[in-house]
Amino acid sequence: MIETALTDLWYGFGVALQPHNIMWCFIGVLVGNMVGVLPGMGPLATISILLPLTFGIKPVGAILMLAGVMYGAQYGGAICSILLNLPCHPPHAVTCLDGFPMTKQGRGGVALGLTVMASFVGASWGITEMIFLSPILVRVALQFGPAEICSLMLLGLLAGSTLARGSPLKGVAMTVLGLMLGIVGTDLETGAERFTFGMTHLDDGIELVALALGLFGIAEFMNSINQVVSINAKYTNVRLRDMRPTKSDVKQAIAPMFRGTFVGSLCALIPGTGPTIASFVAYATEKKISKHPEKFGTGLIEGVIAPEASTHSSVQGDFIPTMSLGIPGDAVMALLLGALMIQGIVPGPQLIKEHPDIFWGLVASFWIGNILLVLLNVPLIGIWVKLLTIPYKYLYPSALFFVCIGVYAANNDMFQVGETVVIGILGYVLLRLGFHPAPILLGFVLGPRFEENFRRAMLISRGDILVFVERPISAVFIGLCVLLIALQIYVRIRGAKAPIEIPTVLEGAE
Amino acid sequence: MPPAHSSVVQLVRNLVRKRDFYAGALVILFGLVMALKGPSYKLGTLMHMGPGFLPTALGIILIGLGIAIAATGLSVPEGEDEDILPANPEWFGWACILAGPLCFVLFGTYFGLIPAIFMCVFVSAFGDRSATLRGSSILAAVVTVFGVGLFSYLLQVPMPLLAWRGL
Repeated sequence: MIETALTDLWYGFGVALQPHNIMWCFIGVLVGNMVGVLPGMGPLATISILLPLTFGIKPVGAILMLAGVMYGAQYGGAICSILLNLPCHPPHAVTCLDGFPMTKQGRGGVALGLTVMASFVGASWGITEMIFLSPILVRVALQFGPAEICSLMLLGLLAGSTLARGSPLKGVAMTVLGLMLGIVGTDLETGAERFTFGMTHLDDGIELVALALGLFGIAEFMNSINQVVSINAKYTNVRLRDMRPTKSDVKQAIAPMFRGTFVGSLCALIPGTGPTIASFVAYATEKKISKHPEKFGTGLIEGVIAPEASTHSSVQGDFIPTMSLGIPGDAVMALLLGALMIQGIVPGPQLIKEHPDIFWGLVASFWIGNILLVLLNVPLIGIWVKLLTIPYKYLYPSALFFVCIGVYAANNDMFQVGETVVIGILGYVLLRLGFHPAPILLGFVLGPRFEENFRRAMLISRGDILVFVERPISAVFIGLCVLLIALQIYVRIRGAKAPIEIPTVLEGAE
Repeated sequence: MPPAHSSVVQLVRNLVRKRDFYAGALVILFGLVMALKGPSYKLGTLMHMGPGFLPTALGIILIGLGIAIAATGLSVPEGEDEDILPANPEWFGWACILAGPLCFVLFGTYFGLIPAIFMCVFVSAFGDRSATLRGSSILAAVVTVFGVGLFSYLLQVPMPLLAWRGL
């Protein structure tokens, strides 16, 4: 088994090392790194803007680039947290707790240097996990019929909406809303037009790019306008030689690095627990096993390294269910799946077999991308830090233009720009009412496939709804769903509190 | 001490001030649209589901979720979670952000890409409280030059640079 995995990986490197693929990967991680640093711009908005521009290039290059944006942003986010105490991106919110005190002590450079190292180790483990686990998952998943796929999707949707931040009830409501938005347009089976309200522009359904940019672009700008605090650039003067850690620093960092990686890889395996939860769990674990937990928050290396390693290991691990089962764990993954679908590639367990170049090329490109990121981050940190000082008042109008042209370029349709504005207003109202819009995307992407498989399962079972609990594998998934709901109710009744104080996170940008 | 019958009134009065109450109401509204519109697309049977089956089912689920969300507002003590609008609403900022893309649509449809980019950035830049006429024009001009170069020449987005379609 190891042998075939390695042969496939070798093949993947062959794909990823083709000059144009390296180029896309490089552009992806560079752009990702950049937006990771910029306050108020998340990987979600960036991927959505870039998405229409990838229609012209081959699927492999497109997915390498978009995935690069995603993990590249994780490297950038840490810079923001450590040097500015600004949790621009939720997965890095905990890093602020000990990262910024280190900066105040003049050790910000060391923290960054060690973070890059920890990120690489975490990511490498995540990739290794993907190489060996995905083929196993696929072998199981290929036996699935429509009933199993349906229950699995249900589990994925439920986990994605209840385990994320905020109230689980509201999360589920958002997922259902997403499913509903996915229904808009022509029904594939019968040709009936649903919820188009007579607008022919809606016949092909709501455009994924318009939905994503409305929710994570326009709504987000409305949320942050005149709210972004002016940045304290006092500590941002980091030179290259400040980043070199001493031997004792490295020694201190190694154990938390591996513990963080381990926590992250576990979180990646549980659907719905993304990098944000992984980083919080890693921090809490470190605090619990530490001999001097009271010192956390004063600039401990462990408090920076463990969450960062865990974030990166879980980010890479999140690709496992997405690529091998076609079930995305969070909104970013849903967007990447959407990108594949636009390219005409059907996600699901057959993906690895039918498009080995995409899967193994992607895996290999992770390594190339992560090495590129380490190389980029070390010398370019000065430039990234300069980017941090770009005021928001220049940033958001430019970003709005990118949103408009991005949506327009998707289908050369001005109607969809208007659609984005409407979705943006809706998204902002939802944000104000305490909803997190990320599960909408999850439901939207999975919706049509869920409906198709549900119908097929019902047809095969001759209309017997019990088929979902009669087939063993499907019953396991349904059982897990019930367990998940029971767990949520239990937690609610007990009124469990979050283990650590969460620093003020810019809401919404997942 | 208020009389007993007014405690229900009190409870309701407390509820309608809560954010979750409106959140639930919105979800119920979405659910109602689906549940009422869904059956018009033919429901079919469980074995041969029509196009209206899933929307109707989802609509009913949404209504249930909406009621549950609104009910959670009951458990929140008085005075908490009551503001739907942020502390200082940015009506003008919001309007500018929404006007930007609308300008893009309007100017893009009638006058071409260059005016569309310029107006989109120019108008939305005024959303920031410290924006000046000069600053916004310079920003809009810079983004226009960059945008035309990148999207029109490099990426070949099919949209005329300048056009006159009349109003």
